[in-house]
Amino acid sequence: MNRHRTHTLWIAFILHRFSGVALVLFLPLHFYLLSMVLTDPETVDQLLHWTKHPLVKVAEFGLVFLLSVHIFGGLRLMALEFLPWASWQKTMAAFSVAVSFLISCTFYLSAV
Amino acid sequence: MSAAGEKTKLKNINVSVWRGDSAGGTFQNYAVPAQESQTILDVVAWIQQNQDPTLSYRYACRVGMCGSCAMMVNGQPRWTCRTHVQKVIKKNKLVIAPLRNLPVIKDLATNMDEFFDKWVRAEGVFHPTRTRDDEIEKINPETSKRARANAAIECINCAVCYASCDVVSSNKDYLGPAALNRAWSLVNDVRDGALDQRLDAVSKSGGCHNCHSQHGCVKFCPNELNPTAAIAGLKLETAKTMFRRRR
Repeated sequence: MNRHRTHTLWIAFILHRFSGVALVLFLPLHFYLLSMVLTDPETVDQLLHWTKHPLVKVAEFGLVFLLSVHIFGGLRLMALEFLPWASWQKTMAAFSVAVSFLISCTFYLSAV
Repeated sequence: MSAAGEKTKLKNINVSVWRGDSAGGTFQNYAVPAQESQTILDVVAWIQQNQDPTLSYRYACRVGMCGSCAMMVNGQPRWTCRTHVQKVIKKNKLVIAPLRNLPVIKDLATNMDEFFDKWVRAEGVFHPTRTRDDEIEKINPETSKRARANAAIECINCAVCYASCDVVSSNKDYLGPAALNRAWSLVNDVRDGALDQRLDAVSKSGGCHNCHSQHGCVKFCPNELNPTAAIAGLKLETAKTMFRRRR
């Protein structure tokens, strides 16, 4: 990584960008699968069988993390732009990652 | 001189300096004697004075006021006159290159025209509301507006923020942190009479709404200014103006 980018808030930026793109790629697939409940319920049942696979559970952990980090990262950016300036920007970024990790871990533990 | 001092003096630093012009170039290696309290500008000057008089670089005041000596040092933008070698050296090696995001004229000197043109495009020019015949306006330094104007006013135009910004590198139209920071200073200046004009200038394509809040400008600003906060202020002010005008 270029050395002008090695600081917390640039990493927070790229995490927000990456999670956004990943969710954009995931959501059409997700909605497609949901629509199949109406059009092709047998295939959906077969596919849902896969969710018991440990690898899929890890992937779900990742997905919940991305979703959560994008939500909290977005709230952080809205606070940055619309609230009076706060000096604890790095803390906010760290907080959004920490809360997301907590949420996705909780999700993972309840899934396994 | 003490033994320790002598030892430091004998040691050489490996310095890679970018040499070339707008057509392209490459890094050249130099061995520069290490000295106590040596700055990056000292290193560049030593090379130019002792090894290669054709090396081009730019500096003026040497005390961090003029903003002309900024370069990339080990991949990060720095004001070289106030950057100590000991603070940034990695494995006894320094890589010195011209500022990022600006066209090179020769070696370490960049063409800063676009950087300054963008100050003008961002309405970074003061529009007075009084003439010399009027009484001098009394400004209370305690007001929050003046405090914001003062916070943004210490910029030395060194373009370190401009070089650190990835939005500038991906969008050539983007005004950049320094120009927007200047606009924010004037937005908060009660003596200025071009608020609407300025808010229009900074909310066009390439304006403040292009900022991705990467904070590179805040991280590297040698005067510890906060252009990201200034840009956030402009974003809010332009958004408020949009709703005000709709009414």
